Order: sequence, then structure tokens, then C-alpha cells
Amino acid sequence: MSLDAKKEREPFDNKVVDWIDSRLPIFTIMQKEYGVFPTPRNFNYFWNFGAIATVMLVLMIVTGIVLAMYYTPDASMAFSSVEHIMRDVNWGWMVRYMHMNGATFFFVAVYTHIFRGLYYGSYKRPRELLWIIGVVIFLLMMATAFMGYTLPWSQMGGWAATVITNLFSAIPYVGDKIVALLWGGFSVDNPTLHRFFALHYLLPFVIVGVVGIHVWALHVTGSNNPLGIDVKGPQDTLPFNPYYTAKDTFGITIFLLAYVVVTFWFPNAFAHPDHFVEFDPMKTPPHIVPEWYFLPFYAILRSFTFGVNPYVALSVLLLIGGVWHIYQKPGQISLFGCTCSLSEGDKVQRVVTLLGLAGIFMLAGYFSQFVKGDGTMLIKLPLADIILAQLTPKLCGVLAMFGSVILLAFVPWLDFHPVRSARFRPLFRVAVIALALDVVLLGYVGSQTADAIKFGVPLIYVGQVATGYYFAFFLIILPLLSWIEKALPLPQSINEAVLAEKGAH
Amino acid sequence: MTAASTPVNENEKDGTTRRDFLSLTVGAMGGLGAITFAVPLIDTMNPAADTLAMSTTEVDLKPVAVGQSIQVKWQGKPVFIRHRTPEEIKAAEDVDVSTLRDKQDDKDRVKKPEWLVLVGICTHLGCIPGGTKPTDNRGPYGGWFCPCHGSMYDTSGRIRQGPAPKNLAVPDYYFTSDTSILIGSKGKEKA
Repeated sequence: MSLDAKKEREPFDNKVVDWIDSRLPIFTIMQKEYGVFPTPRNFNYFWNFGAIATVMLVLMIVTGIVLAMYYTPDASMAFSSVEHIMRDVNWGWMVRYMHMNGATFFFVAVYTHIFRGLYYGSYKRPRELLWIIGVVIFLLMMATAFMGYTLPWSQMGGWAATVITNLFSAIPYVGDKIVALLWGGFSVDNPTLHRFFALHYLLPFVIVGVVGIHVWALHVTGSNNPLGIDVKGPQDTLPFNPYYTAKDTFGITIFLLAYVVVTFWFPNAFAHPDHFVEFDPMKTPPHIVPEWYFLPFYAILRSFTFGVNPYVALSVLLLIGGVWHIYQKPGQISLFGCTCSLSEGDKVQRVVTLLGLAGIFMLAGYFSQFVKGDGTMLIKLPLADIILAQLTPKLCGVLAMFGSVILLAFVPWLDFHPVRSARFRPLFRVAVIALALDVVLLGYVGSQTADAIKFGVPLIYVGQVATGYYFAFFLIILPLLSWIEKALPLPQSINEAVLAEKGAH
Repeated sequence: MTAASTPVNENEKDGTTRRDFLSLTVGAMGGLGAITFAVPLIDTMNPAADTLAMSTTEVDLKPVAVGQSIQVKWQGKPVFIRHRTPEEIKAAEDVDVSTLRDKQDDKDRVKKPEWLVLVGICTHLGCIPGGTKPTDNRGPYGGWFCPCHGSMYDTSGRIRQGPAPKNLAVPDYYFTSDTSILIGSKGKEKA
């Protein structure tokens, strides 16, 4: 069988290109996926951030490889090898600052990308798996960034490693064994540093692989767009090249400009004095904070000053019951094995009752474990000091922190409203913007000390309210709005909407 | 492939073939092999022999005056040793144990009442609480105060307030003589 026998591809004019392409159709694939690939014609600048994140990933890998040529992952030499890079290696200071601030800008790009997905409903059918793969990338990024933070072996990095690895000690029975396994010793020490370096070098390439799968899934379903309606025909799309290669290049240039300004003029804007002190395992700095991009999750972790006592447990059960009812269509439903009929009125009544009771019991659970400043309890309720299933405040904080990220993977099913874009969902729009502000507020709370007080309000309470909204948004507001929210009228097609908008100007 | 083209065997009547059996056993053996290989690979990440070898520390208590505390390094971790004053001992012993989060009597936490030996790691998230140096903030219970998330410990190292779930741990140790201890070993009970 000759190479030309199965010819479903267009021949290329260039003989060398055609020779390669007939043996490995890489040019045909590029032409199909990035050349003529039909892309909705109405993208706004939010749609730049996938490309921007990819550029940052490549930039982090390139600078990271250069740094690894000089860095020594040994507890006695790591700190000084980083200083050696900063002072002696040609351009070492620049490469290191690019890597350090590159992480910041990578997370800026990815957080914007995630918010874009939430706001425009990009996670909805048929893009659920695409979204979940994105959550996997986010988790891998968090692990990679955390281990990279440890490598300079500074007070901040070493103690961040201590605190974060200690999170696993909250797991009942096997927690301490897991922590020893993570450390390779009895504390964060040389073996820990070595393995963190090995994994910090490995994971970015894993991320590259998963990004490849993410893009593959994207090219199966096609992109969402600001209107959130499906592409109906060729009039709704533009070829990716030159329209979006140009638009992405423009967006990338602006983004990199901001990155370069920070890297060269404010390289330590996101650093802290304890980054410049060598790690001392015998002395904890008075105020340790994670990198800014983990602060919201850190605030969630610290918000749990209470464990699961019978009131909290009851509240969670009522919450599950209430949300379960939201998913039921009026008519015959099956409940605890028996079939009952549920009218729309019953449904409203049950959801309101169950969620209301859940709220009351949550408050009871919280306040019955509330310790006043003088060490006495605020109120005494019977059974309040029984902590169920070893769900202590510490374990609850750890579960909530990991849960706050894992929850994102379930968004495609928590939000079952048929309309994607927040543009046509006035209530969802308010709720999702409030979520963004809520996360910023959590980040601020996370950056302050545990006992900080601002304007007479202890920030711990602000963090608890903000944590409450974070979880309420995903677990209650999304299903509730999917049920009750009436969407604004959708345009007939992307083309029609674009032309109407142009005509109005 | 039709049934006729595969060799007939008696089990084929109930829908299973020799090939099903082979696939299952090969799969099971392969899985077993993968697990067998994974166990040593994962175990390499546990503490190495040289790390384990440095598992005890001997401390001479002679220079520690009453009311003074010292911090020694054991297994890469800080250990607090406090030579408690009679008031501190009394404060620790007078606490009503039933009011504590991690209910433990002071006498179960010491070998000799004047010597308190603790692993100096906050049971919340592993920071080192202050209270060993005389200039440190000891918190309202006169013991230790953790700067990271505000856990407060009393003069027996028991958690009294803050996010930590447990008391500061008491390491295995024994008195090798009246004035020295070996941390990291229970010693011989008859001694």
C-alpha cells in the first residue's frame, strides 16, 4: 500500500512538508485544529486566558529547567544555592524572578479562566468532562506550586511545608503514618526536600499531558461563548487562524507586559521577609502565610473553630434532604423506598422547611461550641460537646479546604439550569460575582493573623461568614437557582446577536 | 468470531470459556505483581535506617534550675523540658480534668512532678509554641502559646483554648539517673 493510497488529506505545496505529512499528518492536524478550526465569532477578552495560561506553563517549565541546573536540593545547601543563583549565575536573578513571579501570573491567568468558566456556564453539557479535567489541572498546579514554595528552604517555605503536611495528621488512625511517609523522617528535613524537588520537576510535565487532554476535549465539543448558546452554522463561527491567533497574541502581549513590569520593578511584591531567612526547624516565625493564591483556602481551613457535634450533623442531614427535594420533579417520587406524590406546593414547602431547619441547627451547632474570650462557653446545649466520627475542628477545616476545590468538579450537576451564560441569568449573575468578591475577602482574611481584629470585628468571624457563603453558593444557591430562576430571552443565534449589537452602535 | 470456530469445551454451556478463566487469572496475577512492586517503592519514602538510628537523645538535667525551661532536639523535633515550680505543679494538678478538651491528669503526663517533658509541636498544624524562653508569651494558662493559630497550653502542656485538638505529646523517655533522661526509649521498667 503506497502512502498516497489513503488520501483524505489535502496535499501541501511544500515538498518537505508534504513528505512528512503523508507519513505523520502533523501539519494536517495543526491546520484542522488551529487553522480552520471553527470558533464562535463573539469571544470577548475572557477567552484569552486559556492561551495565556498555556504560555505561562511553558514559561515556568523553561525557567524552571534553567534553575534546576544550579539548584541543589539538599537541606544544607538549598538556601545558599538559591542565593548563588541570585548573585553569581549569569542572569540567574532574572530567571529566578521570572519563575517566582511567573507562578503568581500563572495563577492570575488560571483563576480568571476558572471564573470565566463559572460566569458563562462553560461547565454545562456537553463540556462537563472538559471542566473536570480542568479541575484536575488546577489540583496538580496547587501541588506543584506548594512544593516549589518549599525548595528555597526558607523559614516561610519550610514552615509552609510543615503546616501543610501536618494537615494529613488530621486523618483518623493513619494520619501520623501518612505524615511520616510524606516526610521520610520525623520532621520536614532533607528527605522531604529531595522528594519535593523530584515531584516539583515531574508534575509540570504531567500538567502538560493533562492540558493536552483538556484541549483535546475542548476540540471535540467546541468552545463555549459569551452568549452561552450553541453554534448553529458557519455564519456563527470564524476560522481560528487568523482571527483568534491574532486576538490571543494581543491578549498574551498585554498580559506579559504586566508580568514583566512586576518581575523587573516589583520582583518581591509577593514575597515576605521570612523568605530570606534560612529554614530553622526549631523556630516558627511569628506569622506564617501561604502564597497569595492559596490564601482563600487557608482562610477556609482556619474558619473551622467548631467540629461536627449532633447539631451540626443534623443540620447537614437536613441540608441534604432539602437539596435532594430541589432535584425532584413534582409527581411521583420515591422516598425511603415508598412512592409518594409531590406537588409543586409540597416541594416549595419541604425545601423551605428543610433548608430553614438546616440553618437553625447549623447556628445551634456553631454557637454551642463558641468559646468566649475568657475561655467559657457562650451557651450550653445538651450533647453539644460530643464530637462525632472524630470530626474535630481540625479535621473539619482540612476536609473543608480540600472540599472547597473538589466541589468545583461537581458544579456541572449542582447547576442544572438550562441556560449557560450569566448574561441571561440575572440572579445567578449576582451570586457568581458575589462569589468572586467572597473569594477575594477570604484571601484577605487568610493574609492576616489568626487573632486579627479590623474595625472592632475579629476577622475569624468575617472568614466564617465568607466560608459559609462559599459553600452555600455551590451546595444551595446553584441548585436553588436552577429550579426557580427564570432566564431572560435568548438570542436566536450568535450571528444574529452580533449583528444586532453592531447595528445598535 | 462464531462459537463454532473456538474449541468446544464443556464449560461453554454456561457462557464461560477457558479464555475467560485465563484472562481473570492473568489479570489477577498482574494486579498482584503491580501491588507487590508498589509496596517497596512506597516504603522507600518512609524514614530511612540512618534517620531511625538517630531516634534517641540523652539530656543532662543538672543545669536546669527551678522555673527554667530548655528546648532540645530529638528526631529533628523540638522537645520542651520544664523544671516546674511548686506553683506550676499545683496549677496543673488542681485543674478539673472533666473540663479539658483532651482529658488527662497531670500525674499521667510526668514521671516526676517537677520535670515536664513534651514534644514541642503544636497538635494543630505543627508549629512550635512559644513559652520556653523567659521572654516568650506563655498565654493565659502559663504554659505555651502557639503563634500560628493561637492555641493555648497550660503548665502540663494540655490544650485549654484554640484550634489544637490534643495536648502536647509526651515522648517516651526514662530517667537514666536522678539528673538525666533518655528521650525516645521507654527504658527498662524495673529501672
